[in-house]
Amino acid sequence: MTTIHIGPAAGLRHGLALAGRGLTKIRKNPESLLDVTVQPILFLVVFVYLFGGAISGGTGEYLQYLLPGIMVQNIVFASLGTGMALNTDITKGVFDRFRSLPIARSAPLVGAVLADVVRFAVTLVVLIAFAYVLGFRATTDPARFLIAIVLMIVFGLCLCWISVWVGMLVKSPQAVPGTLVAFMLPLTFGSNVFVPAETLPGWLQAWVDINPVSHLATAARALLLGGDWLASTGWAFLWAAGLVAVFFPLALRAYRKRVS
Amino acid sequence: MYAIEAEGLVKRYGDTPALDGVDLAVPEGKVLGVLGPNGAGKTTAVRILATLLRADAGTARVGGHDVVAEPTAVRALIGLTGQYASVDEDLSGRENLVLIGRLLGLPDARARAVDLLARFELAEAGDRAVKTYSGGMRRRVDLAASLVGRPRVLYLDEPTTGLDPHSRNEVWSIVRGLVDEGVTVLLTTQYLEEADQLADLITVFDHGRVIATGTPHELKRKTGTQALQVRPTVAADVPAVAAILSDITGAVPHTDADTHVLTVPVADPVLLSTVVRKLDEAGITADELALRLPSLDEVFLSLTGSRA
Repeated sequence: MTTIHIGPAAGLRHGLALAGRGLTKIRKNPESLLDVTVQPILFLVVFVYLFGGAISGGTGEYLQYLLPGIMVQNIVFASLGTGMALNTDITKGVFDRFRSLPIARSAPLVGAVLADVVRFAVTLVVLIAFAYVLGFRATTDPARFLIAIVLMIVFGLCLCWISVWVGMLVKSPQAVPGTLVAFMLPLTFGSNVFVPAETLPGWLQAWVDINPVSHLATAARALLLGGDWLASTGWAFLWAAGLVAVFFPLALRAYRKRVS
Repeated sequence: MYAIEAEGLVKRYGDTPALDGVDLAVPEGKVLGVLGPNGAGKTTAVRILATLLRADAGTARVGGHDVVAEPTAVRALIGLTGQYASVDEDLSGRENLVLIGRLLGLPDARARAVDLLARFELAEAGDRAVKTYSGGMRRRVDLAASLVGRPRVLYLDEPTTGLDPHSRNEVWSIVRGLVDEGVTVLLTTQYLEEADQLADLITVFDHGRVIATGTPHELKRKTGTQALQVRPTVAADVPAVAAILSDITGAVPHTDADTHVLTVPVADPVLLSTVVRKLDEAGITADELALRLPSLDEVFLSLTGSRA
């Protein structure tokens, strides 16, 4: 009886090969990046020029407040793609092809999640570049700027397990955004991304205070604009770890159930 | 030595049994044709044998490896082509084959892709997205994808469904080539002709059970008596021929009103010469006079009570 064991190194190689497939698809089909390029710009423009005056009494001031938070919001929306891509692979039968190969069981999932790093990076670069054109300026140092970007991508990687989980549960790829937006709107708008929590009624403030998106936005603000960044960044990373701890097992269980 | 062995496979979806105790055995290097109507459990059986689905009961071994205990060893041996195990439509044929080669850890994944594209006459279309391929090309690239790792056991789940006759012949000749190289093939099909053309052994599924198994020849002999067919040269002779046939065989012949062919079941082939003599005595000439085995179509009909 010979048992072939696939070690972690081989598993990572499989995951990277499959992530490479995701990149090839982006290269051939650049419009698949519209949601992480055009959408962030639209959000930024709408909020800065439509609400900036009303909220902060000036667009420049509001842009400084908004950018760190809107980075978090766009990461949340970008994570939609993971669940859709996986669900598409399952319904089209591509997944079964991979599963019939002698590769690590988790490789297709890991590959899909790794390919999303590119989407997160693209959305962040577009947002930050456009914000600089509009006049945003970070007031800290490059090191903290870098930590902010790493934090965003790590958060995205942790968050997309929710997307994977939903992608495994719903029947068709089209059902993924509909289901996830129900999670994402309260997460992103019920936060301190757009307005300071102090301006909200008490019950809403209570939610905003525990909302992980608020913690991420607070950390990003501290990292880009100054303030106590160590504690808030610590909390943000903890939140990211918490999301993985809950949704990774749920996603894996739904995956096993879906494919057997 | 069996390349594929399964005993008592059971799979239920809710209360509906998709497989209800299926045994299969395919000797190395042979082609097993699994025949059956839609919903008979053919695909479920293939998915279990390909480690994609776990049976509720029963065991299966591929190349001596248990599909549940040693799935990776099984996956290293098999190739799978079916409507559910497909390639990425957004990638080109070449990119799909290279990706699979890389996942399999082939040192020469690119060269292997070039070889396969050439072998399947896809060299020209190799750099186009698969979604632009015709049905026949699509099936060929699916087949090529299942062959990247040089499998010893190949599952073909309805490989020619929806293909035109030309593309179907192409797939058949590819399968024959693989069998010549010693690959064991499990082929599911709804086409009796396909099983007749390719399979060394045939298993007939119905409602999740094996209802018959044997060589195509054995199956034809087992189920039906042979049939005697006569087509008189002159249509007016039909009643006289019918009288002679029923006199000899004791059965009422079936007459096709359009072709004027009379068909009657016969138990003893020796009757053929009696029929020839009687027709001769009556001065009746026939354009067609033959004794034949039932077609697989008729076999299937008599086994399941419905057309495939």
